[in-house]
Amino acid sequence: MLGRLTIEALPFYSWVAMGGAGVTVLGGVAVFLLITYLRAWKVLWTDWLTSVDHKKIGIMYVVLSLVMLVRGFVDALMMRAQQAVALNNEGYLPPEHFEQIFSSHGTIMIFFVAMPFLTGLINIVVPQQIGARDVAFPFLNSVSLWLTAAGAGLVLVSLVIGKFSQAGWTGYPPYSGIEYSPGVGVDYWLWALIVSGFGSTLAGINFIVTIIKNRCPGMKFMRMPLFTWTALCVSILIAFAFPGLTVVAAQLTLDRTLGFHFFTNGDGGNMMLFANLLWIWGHPEVYILILPAFGIFSEVVATFSRKRLFGYASLVYATACIALLSFTVWLHHFFTMGSSSNVNAVFGIATMIIAVPTGVKIFDWLFTLYRGRIEFHPAMVFTIGFMVTFVIGGVTGVLLALPPADYLMHNSTFLVAHFHNMLIPGALFGYFAGMNYWFPKAFGFKLDVKWGMRSFWFWFIGFYLAFMPLYVLGFMGMSRRMEHYADPTWQPYLIVAALGAICVLCGIVCIAVQLYVSAKNWGSARDITGDPWNGRTLEWATSSPPAPYNFAVLPQVEDIDAFHDMKIRGVAYQVPDRYEDIVMPKSSGLGPILGGLAFVLGFAMVWYIWWLAALCLVLSLVCVGIRAFDDDSDYIFPAAEVERMEKARLEQITPADLHDMRDFLPVGPASGEILPGRV
Amino acid sequence: MSETAVTGTASDLLEEEEKKSLESREFGFWVYLMTDAIIFALLFATYVVLSKNSAAGPTSKDVFDLRHTAGETALLLISSLTFGMATIAMAKGLSGRVIMWLVVTALLGVGFLAMEMMEFHGMIAKGAGPDVSGFLSAFFTLVGTHGLHVTFGTIGILVMIVQIPLKGLTPPVRSRLLRLGLFWHFLDIVWIGIFSVVYLPGVM
Amino acid sequence: MIEANSGRSARRSSRPLAAVLLLTAGALLQGCGLSDAPVLFPKGPIALAERNLLFTAFAIMMIVAIPAIVLTLFFAWRYRKRKNGAVYTPEWDGSWIIEAVVWLVPGAIVVVLGTLVWTRTHEFDPYKPIVSDKPAFRVQAVALDWKWLFVYPELGVASVNELAFPADRPLSIEITSDTVMNSLMIPALGGQIYAMAGMRSELNLMADGPGVFMGRNTMYSGDGFSDQHFKAHALNEDDFTAWKEKVTASPDVLDAKAYLELHKQSVANPVSYYSSTEAKLFEIILRKYAPIMGPYESEAAELICRGAA
Repeated sequence: MLGRLTIEALPFYSWVAMGGAGVTVLGGVAVFLLITYLRAWKVLWTDWLTSVDHKKIGIMYVVLSLVMLVRGFVDALMMRAQQAVALNNEGYLPPEHFEQIFSSHGTIMIFFVAMPFLTGLINIVVPQQIGARDVAFPFLNSVSLWLTAAGAGLVLVSLVIGKFSQAGWTGYPPYSGIEYSPGVGVDYWLWALIVSGFGSTLAGINFIVTIIKNRCPGMKFMRMPLFTWTALCVSILIAFAFPGLTVVAAQLTLDRTLGFHFFTNGDGGNMMLFANLLWIWGHPEVYILILPAFGIFSEVVATFSRKRLFGYASLVYATACIALLSFTVWLHHFFTMGSSSNVNAVFGIATMIIAVPTGVKIFDWLFTLYRGRIEFHPAMVFTIGFMVTFVIGGVTGVLLALPPADYLMHNSTFLVAHFHNMLIPGALFGYFAGMNYWFPKAFGFKLDVKWGMRSFWFWFIGFYLAFMPLYVLGFMGMSRRMEHYADPTWQPYLIVAALGAICVLCGIVCIAVQLYVSAKNWGSARDITGDPWNGRTLEWATSSPPAPYNFAVLPQVEDIDAFHDMKIRGVAYQVPDRYEDIVMPKSSGLGPILGGLAFVLGFAMVWYIWWLAALCLVLSLVCVGIRAFDDDSDYIFPAAEVERMEKARLEQITPADLHDMRDFLPVGPASGEILPGRV
Repeated sequence: MSETAVTGTASDLLEEEEKKSLESREFGFWVYLMTDAIIFALLFATYVVLSKNSAAGPTSKDVFDLRHTAGETALLLISSLTFGMATIAMAKGLSGRVIMWLVVTALLGVGFLAMEMMEFHGMIAKGAGPDVSGFLSAFFTLVGTHGLHVTFGTIGILVMIVQIPLKGLTPPVRSRLLRLGLFWHFLDIVWIGIFSVVYLPGVM
Repeated sequence: MIEANSGRSARRSSRPLAAVLLLTAGALLQGCGLSDAPVLFPKGPIALAERNLLFTAFAIMMIVAIPAIVLTLFFAWRYRKRKNGAVYTPEWDGSWIIEAVVWLVPGAIVVVLGTLVWTRTHEFDPYKPIVSDKPAFRVQAVALDWKWLFVYPELGVASVNELAFPADRPLSIEITSDTVMNSLMIPALGGQIYAMAGMRSELNLMADGPGVFMGRNTMYSGDGFSDQHFKAHALNEDDFTAWKEKVTASPDVLDAKAYLELHKQSVANPVSYYSSTEAKLFEIILRKYAPIMGPYESEAAELICRGAA
């Protein structure tokens, strides 16, 4: 009846496991009680969980990501603590726990922090940047969110019921096969990947169609903001790469569950196939994580330098180049598998070629700073911190792209330091910059600058402290994923790295405080115009937070910096002759229901509860069938209501709230009369 | 923010929005088909890599029966033709004939699935199940994934057979039928790939 | 004129400065335990060549990396908002010259590095035998949970968690695994290659002279992974003869049954020696995972391949 689920799955076998389970359960209970106490269940369900509004979906993605960031970071902290003490002793974590921790750390950070964070930001911003009222498929968007959440739920549940994978976030077979990893851990990992990967694929398809089909009049491809460009490239990468993840995860699942022989030792299996298939997804995935951050940096650097972006076309082509090349380099993840020199050399060179467009991007941002008027807002400081740090990661990346050098550094902590050096500044700093930048757009008030700066400095210094020692340890011959070690010269470095992790912890605490302080003082940091930073792109033309329909009248775009151009021409904040009815998508409970079914399906498959899995599958099909019969998924947002909301907004704006645009006028007498538009 | 009664102009607006949305859906469906094509491409690649890894089990020569496969191929190809007839009937607005052709297509689809089940069942009974070797794992997964798609396609056809009499050939129904047609023809193309990459070289 | 002067004075003072820097660097290396870092201070020609490639590529990349970092910090400071008087060109958004430089200079560097990759990857192919006046010493390495088995086909002996070879001959290791994926590495002698069941990979290394080097599996393989390391002894002629005698004198024999015993999981397995091995043991382990199975050649082969006796 319950498959292999027995009472032994509960974590009463060790204090560490019980601690993790306890915190998870208590956290869940606390959230449940809080919502009940606030009597917020109904509001939560009708206004948020069932919402198909891209802004709300985006916010929920980011909330999921931040929660999982804390979970993933606790793993990191535990690993650093273990390695700091485990010289010639077992430390405080037995191998079994240490292995689950490094496996869940990687899985969570990639799939449930980075992916939802970037998808959330794309959701909030891209439709507004292209002057659209929503994404192409609002309901599908909700399904994507809930599938991602279902995957995250599976990872969290593994803390309480059963164990998580011990096979690392890449789960190489044959170790991850049923013969060597007989428990439920790898199955949790696989189903979390399959479920959330499916959600990501759908999100990718959704945004390809959104960006290609839903642009407002005048928004030609070469006028799209850089963030939209990166979002388009990333969506295409997702649509091309994630099916690969689905295939490889499904094959390993078949191996484990039904005794197939794709990747087994012997019986005609081939483990090298797994490595190839995994990284055919995995390398584009690196750029899926990094490119949106590049887009954010491009927006932030122009806005806070108060200058046009340098080399727009160059940046677009560089983005496209990176996206294309990202499919040609996967083999560099396993130069040491014994491929021929020709194969290794070709993939090594292809990898280096990616460094060219990436370098171009850095220099284009650099020359955007040049002769600008730079404001050190947290978003901007994260950007500058990224530019400096990412160059180091790029250099070590090229070193690893030299096959003979890679023979020395592969599987060492040097590699660990390298990819953290790409993903922390290259992805996470970008997302944090984006959060500081777009927060007022999503919520209507600005984030606290002081705590934002503190979070930056702790993250920045913490990053160097935590990962520079790992580079050195790589030279000293330390392998990754070691639970303990015997070389006393390694320990000082590992202690410094642990201090770095504590520093990053402070950075995370600062972000929490920043959110708290900003929410408390929201009244004094309100964004009345919808344009707090004198922004250049269309998302700043909407109110903050935007009305459900974003734009009362679809804008007409004439320039790359569409909104900036409107402000200059004096056509921003215009009242149209008359407002019209707007068609809006209806909310739907099917999204969260499908997510819930996917979660139970995954859980049932992990524990071999076949009847439950079959039931979930049938119910999911029924849900899809119900949706297929529904031709009445839109409603009319009446013109009178639009007019009321727009009037209320514009009335609040006084000329004093508007930005001074005199600097940007070609030749202008410095007269105070020129204001950026009429109210 | 509440919904208002749909007035004359409002229903025009809804219709216009629906048209745009259906256009997006058709484009989105092409993108989806591309992702599906990648899934099949990787399953094909897997099959090519593992096709000789028969371990201690039978080889492709021992298990493939080209005559049986030819039967499956015929059913599937004809079903593509009949779906095409349904599409033509839809263009003419003859919903009765659309349903008739869809019924024929569904029957052919079920026939194909029955033959595939027979083939799988026969192989497993002969000790050539998917858990015997890498070759057979790859074979069952590739051909089985195609079969699963045909199953979903057949369910889709059944849903349309119910939907057309209920709703008539409205724009959303037409769009759905068009997309289902794309899906069905796509499966035909994949099957031709399976026939020429799996079965033909397998018996040569 | 002023510039030239300051340049000269800088040069004048640069010699003691260099000495101080060198001494500090030396002290730092010593103090930080880096003087034993096997990758920085290799003990064999292959590792040395691989390290030199690392250094060369690093130096070449500094041409781009240093300007990028320095200019970022400099521009950020120079054009900060609060500073008055800095030039401000809000509408300036492109320059063909700059674009050409930022595409072509990194491009040129990649061409140089690419050439380096092509030649060095072929030159230091781990499968390529090392040219030497003496024939290579052949060893067969088998990854087990969680230990390394070394079979010496020339000597007919085997050792566990200890590798010994003559220091003056190149070392040619054939590698496979009788468990999950492993990776064999002796950092001071050179880079690694995966060990995979049913597959034979190869690693050609050489030591500069006698010495003891750390070797290990670098590919995470389960609970005993952290302890899966061994010592590699490069021995001079006398020491190697002595080692040979020590191993030959061992009472243990690695026949099929003993191998099955050894195959069981063990953490931090002690060093052990076998005075003789089952014939073609390495080949038998390889065929255990063959993609197409034929009949077994011998009873021992069947026993090893089928597992339990």
